[in-house]
This record gives sequence, structure tokens and C-alpha cells, in this order.
Amino acid sequence: MPYIRRMTSTPGPVETEIRQRLEAEFSPRELIVSNDSAMHSGHSGDDGSGESHFTVTIVSDAFAGVSRLQRQRMVNGALGDLPGQRVHALAIKARAPGEA
Amino acid sequence: MSDVNARIQDIVTADDVVLFMKGTPLFPQCGFSSRAVAILDHCGVAFGSVDVLQDMEIRQGIKSFSDWPTIPQLYVKGEFVGGSDIMMEMFEAGELQQLMNEKQVAKAD
Repeated sequence: MPYIRRMTSTPGPVETEIRQRLEAEFSPRELIVSNDSAMHSGHSGDDGSGESHFTVTIVSDAFAGVSRLQRQRMVNGALGDLPGQRVHALAIKARAPGEA
Repeated sequence: MSDVNARIQDIVTADDVVLFMKGTPLFPQCGFSSRAVAILDHCGVAFGSVDVLQDMEIRQGIKSFSDWPTIPQLYVKGEFVGGSDIMMEMFEAGELQQLMNEKQVAKAD
């Protein structure tokens, strides 16, 4: 199953770009970029790249005292044209250290 | 204000709660839109919805209007609340229900 192996072990170019952009912008204490695309294979939004659906969990000091709306704007801003254009679906969980 | 912004301004103030989504509440065309509808149903509020897949002008225009790159988008009393991640976080914390109460939005029939 080479397809599955690629999904789980080697990050694709989009996943790598997400990670690099967020690391550069937020110096996160924790960063999980999970590629959920395989769960959506064949659904609308699956462009065949295997990199259409992601969930980002990021913990950074930059989010302390910042509203939910503003956190998402910060993350979207750091990701440039990825959300909504190059990535079909991107769920974002942005936390400050110590938050659940 | 451009025509599309004027159109959107009219839409977001036409109902207390307005959801810009892909598809319709009965037939959502995207998992995030589906989740947004489910959350509003749980809150028991009446809401208007706009299927952006049926209107390219709105689909593009709402992104700059809200300065938000993705769909769905929730408006309450003309004010942008957020997308599906924010809706879910607020709902789980009880804050969305609180917001609906404070804003005294119309209940679902």
C-alpha cells in the first residue's frame, strides 16, 4: 500500500509548507499538522493530491490573551494562500500554553 | 461600497443569524458547513443561510467582506463571529449559546 505509506510517514510539500510557515511565524511550543486527506478520498474537495484536508494544532505564546477570532486570523495570515485556495479544508486549533 | 459588499451587508442584517455555507442546511456540501448547521440546530436558533456554491459573486465577496478565507462563516446581528472551528470551540464552552441569548436572537420554530 504505497499510497497509505506516503500519507503517514513522509509529509508532502503542502504539509511541509504549512509546518515551515507556522514555525517561522509563531515559534510554537507544540505543532501537530495532521493530514486527514485519506479520510476524505473521493469526496468533494479531494483533488487527488493527497493533501486536501489538514488539521493544525498549534500551541504558542503568541496566542496568550488573544481572542479566538484573532488567533485564527493570525494563523490564516501566516499560511497565506493555503487556506481556502490551495488547501480545501483546514481545521485550526490555536492555543496558548496551559490552555486545554 | 461595491455592489457585492452592499448585497452582503443586506444579507447579514436580514436575519438575526446568518450562515454562509456550501450547500443548504438540509443538504450541506461540505463537512465544515454540515457541522456549522448542526451547531446552530443545537443552539435552537432560527437562521438564514446562503449557499455560496450557487453565487460566485458572494462566494468571493464574502471572503474579503469578512477578511476570512474560508466557508462557512457565521454572522450574528450583522457581526462576524467566525468559521466552523470557532463555532465549535464557542459551542463546547457554552459561549455560543450565551452570545445568542445576549443578542436576543430569534428562536427556531
